[in-house]
Amino acid sequence: MGRIGGGGHVNRLVDRLRTSKALLQVAAIILAILLTTFVLLAAKAPPLAAYANIVLGAVGSWDVAANVLVSWVPLLLATAGLLITFTAGLWNIGIEGQITLGAIFTTWMLRGLQHSGVDPSVIISMSILAGMAGGALWALLAGALKTFGGVNEIFGGLGLNFVASALNLWLIFGPWKRPGVASMSGTVPFARSLWLRTITEQSRLSPSALVIALLAIVLVYLLLKGTHFGLRLKAVGKNPNAAYLLGVPTWQHMMISFALCGVFAGLAGAVQVTSVYHRLIPSISSGYGYLGLMVAMLAGFNAAVAAPVALFFAALNVGSIQLPIVLRQDSSLAGVLQGTLVLFVLLMQGVRERLARKGLAR
Amino acid sequence: MTPQVALIGLAGVLTSAAPILFGVIGETISERAGVTNLSMNGKILLSAMGGFAVALATNSIVLGFIAGAVIGALVALLLAFASITLRQSQVAVGFVLTLLCRDLSYFLGNPIMGATGPSLSSLPIPFLRDIPVLGLLFFRLDVMTYLSFLMVVAAWIFIFRTRPGLMLRGIGERPAAAYVRGANVNRLRYLYTMAGGAIAGLAGPIYSLSVKAGWKGTISGLDGIGWIVLAITIFGGWNPFRAAFGAYLFSLLQWLGLVLQPALPGVPSQVLQVAPFPLMILTLLFVNIGNAEWVQRSLSRLPAPVRRRVAKALRALNATPPAALGTPFEKE
Repeated sequence: MGRIGGGGHVNRLVDRLRTSKALLQVAAIILAILLTTFVLLAAKAPPLAAYANIVLGAVGSWDVAANVLVSWVPLLLATAGLLITFTAGLWNIGIEGQITLGAIFTTWMLRGLQHSGVDPSVIISMSILAGMAGGALWALLAGALKTFGGVNEIFGGLGLNFVASALNLWLIFGPWKRPGVASMSGTVPFARSLWLRTITEQSRLSPSALVIALLAIVLVYLLLKGTHFGLRLKAVGKNPNAAYLLGVPTWQHMMISFALCGVFAGLAGAVQVTSVYHRLIPSISSGYGYLGLMVAMLAGFNAAVAAPVALFFAALNVGSIQLPIVLRQDSSLAGVLQGTLVLFVLLMQGVRERLARKGLAR
Repeated sequence: MTPQVALIGLAGVLTSAAPILFGVIGETISERAGVTNLSMNGKILLSAMGGFAVALATNSIVLGFIAGAVIGALVALLLAFASITLRQSQVAVGFVLTLLCRDLSYFLGNPIMGATGPSLSSLPIPFLRDIPVLGLLFFRLDVMTYLSFLMVVAAWIFIFRTRPGLMLRGIGERPAAAYVRGANVNRLRYLYTMAGGAIAGLAGPIYSLSVKAGWKGTISGLDGIGWIVLAITIFGGWNPFRAAFGAYLFSLLQWLGLVLQPALPGVPSQVLQVAPFPLMILTLLFVNIGNAEWVQRSLSRLPAPVRRRVAKALRALNATPPAALGTPFEKE
């Protein structure tokens, strides 16, 4: 650090940084769109038609708009959970497996109680609770591997993701297979009475699932911003050694944050089973966990920003579904756009910090 | 199984370990310099697709491999710029890159999906190929597999027996000390991250032009391999020989899973395909558990002779990463 002039100099600098932050964020978005357009041109696809197709695919009718909300729910739940682990300084890549375990536990409870004569609403509630427990269990496993085994949570989590998907496949093709022949289409669908109620008969949008997801993100916002626990978690995330010396039980806080994230991930899996697919399918987590990591990063780990960002990402995903049919292009274009967006935002953040360092050093 | 079939199978293990070796050696070099390149999984997919596309368009396998290396180096350059120059988290940037490269490979590879293109043929070495047993096992492979053997030895010699290798270890362990000794830490880190990326970028074309020839999009069966590569890098303790042992062990177990499948009719094939991953957790557990606090604490309670023996065993398994791995260097 060099000399810093008078207070006026610092104030001007802060002002300049604030404007440059907004400018750089806009630049990040423009660069991401430019790069994606370049990718489209490289694939010999008409860029404008592709973008128009995505927009229409996401908001062109009430049906597709409802589908955007359907995919917003698990994405928002996953992101909400991840904000907790990120605050504790943890990279919970194992969230995909936690979603899967949530779905497996939900299906297990539904299967166990479906012919028991218990009131359907009780069955559904218990199944969702089971899903939350399943997600938490899987997250605690990753946490225990880190805490007691010294295994970095990224690799422990990844390994557990693959184990979860193996377990899922084994159940679908083994003990829970459809009478007759097992298939990639999943287990036998549950009776209609065990579905979460949706807005119309055909729709997959469940108002209660939407409410749960919104409550989750608000809850996480309050937890991280307004509680002593959130503050301690932040201390652990910023500097675990200092937090430990100040009397914050470090590994216990990490385990709790893993468990909480697992609860939200399990809830996402439970929603997928009870309101979207009504059965267990092979790719039940649908990449929402990994996408949630991207949403959290893009939102700067801020819960209030995460909700609209997740909605935008869900719209991109749903909007690109028609690309293979209309333009014969792969729907992974949504992922390309999402990835370049997060990448450029990270790069621009680096540029801003570099400018700030230079500015202060001057 | 006749001995002949078993030998061919084992030779297949050597071939299928080749791309993993390139990935692991590339990552080891990058991490030795202090830069974790988490983009491996996407990088392998993108270089596999890109290498196959170039080989298909030019009908040249060599150009396909060059394309793979260039893609690997460019992805590494992006990571180096973001983490060294802009000081963003290596984990965050690497993770974004891994997802971005994967989606890019699926999107751009869409038109060439299922196309039949050139593939690497085996290159039996005259005279040596006729040696009984050894000839069948070692000398009827393809050129990339031979190169993978050389690569391991060359990387070990470079890292542990040359002056630039000493500097490479220096900028990953004590960058400040290396700086004082005249090393341009950040420039060297750029260099080794890109060199490691280029080497790892060869892993993709080895798949798409040889081991699993062709590009089949999401069903190529390559998604996940990059994470195994990163795990083997840790298991290998940033030492090429130990890493090679890990890569061969992994390939051998995968082959055994295939061979044993008929003997285990109750286990669905999908489960055997993911069997390496729990294994990966277990190996990482063995490698890391010596570092855990409670292990150290309970060790100190054991009687001295037992303690020494246990500690020695743990140390043999243990792998300690380069001290400055993942941290930016700042000259003060």
